[in-house]
Amino acid sequence: MELQLTAEEQEFRAEMRDFFTTKVSQEIRDAVAAGHELTREQIVEAHQTLNAAGLAVPHWPEEWGGRGWSQIQRHIWNEEMQAAAVPPPLAFNASMIGPVIAQFGSQEIKERFLAKTANLDIWWSQGFSEPDAGSDLAGLRTTAVRDGDDWVVNGQKTWTTLGQYGDWIFTLVRTDPEVKKQKGISMLLIDMTSPGVEVRPIELIDGGHEVNEVWFSDVRVPGENLVGEPGQGWTMAKFLLGNERVGVAPVGSTKRRLARAKELAGEQAHDPLTAARIAELENELLALELTALRVVAHSAGSEPHPASSVLKLKGTELQQAVSELLVDLAGPGSLASGAGDDSALPDWARHATPSYLNLRKASIYGGSNEIQRQIISRTILGL
Amino acid sequence: MDFTYDDEQDALRDAVRGLVGRAYSDFEQRRQTTKADPGFSEKVWTQLAEMGVLGLPFSEDDGGVGAGPVEISIVAQELGRVIAPEPYLTSVVLAGGLVSAVGTTEQRGEVLGALSAGESVLALAHDEPGSRWSPSATAVTATEEGGSWTLSGVKEPVVHGARADLLVVSAALPDGGTGLFLVEGSAAERTDYATYDGGRAAKVTFSGTAATPLGEAGRDVTASIATVQDIGRIMACNQAVGAMEVALRTTTEYLKSRKQFGVPLNTFQALNFRAADMYVSLELATSLTQWATMVLATGDAEATRDAAHRASLQVSRASRHVGQEAIQLHGGIGMTAEYSVGSYVSVLTALERLLGDGQHHLSALAGGIGDYGSIDPLP
Repeated sequence: MELQLTAEEQEFRAEMRDFFTTKVSQEIRDAVAAGHELTREQIVEAHQTLNAAGLAVPHWPEEWGGRGWSQIQRHIWNEEMQAAAVPPPLAFNASMIGPVIAQFGSQEIKERFLAKTANLDIWWSQGFSEPDAGSDLAGLRTTAVRDGDDWVVNGQKTWTTLGQYGDWIFTLVRTDPEVKKQKGISMLLIDMTSPGVEVRPIELIDGGHEVNEVWFSDVRVPGENLVGEPGQGWTMAKFLLGNERVGVAPVGSTKRRLARAKELAGEQAHDPLTAARIAELENELLALELTALRVVAHSAGSEPHPASSVLKLKGTELQQAVSELLVDLAGPGSLASGAGDDSALPDWARHATPSYLNLRKASIYGGSNEIQRQIISRTILGL
Repeated sequence: MDFTYDDEQDALRDAVRGLVGRAYSDFEQRRQTTKADPGFSEKVWTQLAEMGVLGLPFSEDDGGVGAGPVEISIVAQELGRVIAPEPYLTSVVLAGGLVSAVGTTEQRGEVLGALSAGESVLALAHDEPGSRWSPSATAVTATEEGGSWTLSGVKEPVVHGARADLLVVSAALPDGGTGLFLVEGSAAERTDYATYDGGRAAKVTFSGTAATPLGEAGRDVTASIATVQDIGRIMACNQAVGAMEVALRTTTEYLKSRKQFGVPLNTFQALNFRAADMYVSLELATSLTQWATMVLATGDAEATRDAAHRASLQVSRASRHVGQEAIQLHGGIGMTAEYSVGSYVSVLTALERLLGDGQHHLSALAGGIGDYGSIDPLP
């Protein structure tokens, strides 16, 4: 039992803090801190700043730009990045399809995609969920049928985040309808400029356009765009959702938002009920951060710490609770979500409710919190 | 940063687990032990002394072992797992801790030596009717005349006050502040009674009772009392974490074995999800408790105060959640004295009353939120 970081880890932390607070565009960091939506250009700029310094895909195999860091180093990297309001590397590239290609792809497909994926020269979208396949992802129905060397894709994906910016989309498609549902799924990479691909926006309750439907009508995809072997798609999806131990819980960004809420609270922070609410949130967040550290410190071995399942569940609950606090602090001013910069109300108050409404998604995506409870009760408690 | 035990610590855990497991893993044994006075097993107490467990926190010069907070936390967790009724927390950690903190060299050697050897049980007489976990005393007053000290007033509840060979008593000093005194147990008037967790407590009345100043006579030791309370809080959290682990496991085993409507209870998702939420509460409380134990090990009193508040708040929330749900998911059997899980809830409830409940700690934390931006748990 030892609380201190090693001297090397402390040095590493200082190095990360220095980079994130001095080398990433201040304008972009300010936008993140204020809870504003970023433009495509801003996301690309921040990502490429990180990649140029070797900080976009540190967890990839070293051959493809990884850094061979320890879990603790990765944790520090992630926390410092969030604390500095640096937008994290685009998850679809850095955390999802990149690691899948590196793990399962042929040499050819790796050479074709990995460097461009790491540098966000290709913007990837995610094509997993369908209208009838949400938590029950294996029930997906988008089909890919062999036609000569090509696959012909038909179906519909949904909840495709930032699909309007996507160059390529990695999809789970049904390539074999005859076998057990998990066995008939494959991972197919589709150029979104292909004829027959249509992206339709979905307007959300916060008024924003963040997610999309993606329709495929007789889309021809070259056979070489299938990752690994046909039927391996489910294994890849599980790998992709299960191999993350670091960054599962958004601790650093929630801490930053809570610290900001304290500043914005002003006189309200002297109200004992508000102060108690803030203190309790801080305490829970500290407990979560320490749980994340336990998971990280434990994961030198191959199996994730059992407590890792707590991280997503509690992390998203606290993320939502802090956004709710900001709405309450903003009071009537929180109604003015449509007001422009000539509004007499502060920017944060006007943005509070759209953020709160937007973050209701957090307990739904990435394996809903009910799925997390299912994992805990089955896998950990043996129920 | 490392959340794991070394080999010696693992060995200590196994040894303590073996000892108290032999005594109490059959819950009926605990029940019979707590039914008879003094409410714990003198035999187990002696065995703990022989193993060196009672002397763990004290220096070798004082007859102890000189171990650190992590070792003591391991003991607390293991005692919590079987809800062992022995007064380790009150006698060793609190009363012994105060003797260690403020006693003279001679007092430390004599009192802690006897405590470590299992020859003497200490009790801390600090709580007073109406007090709420303050480090100060007001109702019991100390008077000095010609170099001799006497105490007057009532302390209650004094955990295991009637069994104690020696009382460590806090009292308001004539010139202000709070002092500590040693009083032979038999010198005070004691009314013994059972507490709902299977323990014993006493009303202890002092009526001009002769007392020996602990440490320098007349010195205000409020700060030392506060520091030892913080240590006690962190160890109480460890004990609660041990108890919660077993309460949860007992509950999940029951869900798997108990049948209703012709199927095991774990057929019902509504019940399984509630057990999953209990696990979340337990893990969060465990993380904060382990952290607080490591903060204590750094020796920084101010950081330890903060960590004690934080761990205690989280453990309070978890204890109530896990405890209440453990009974509910069992159903009627959880209400009976014969079955274990209800007693775990009683002990968890008592632990929170010993050194401050969740609201007490939340109140302290809420007062300080303006002093920092966010919390950095790593020094």
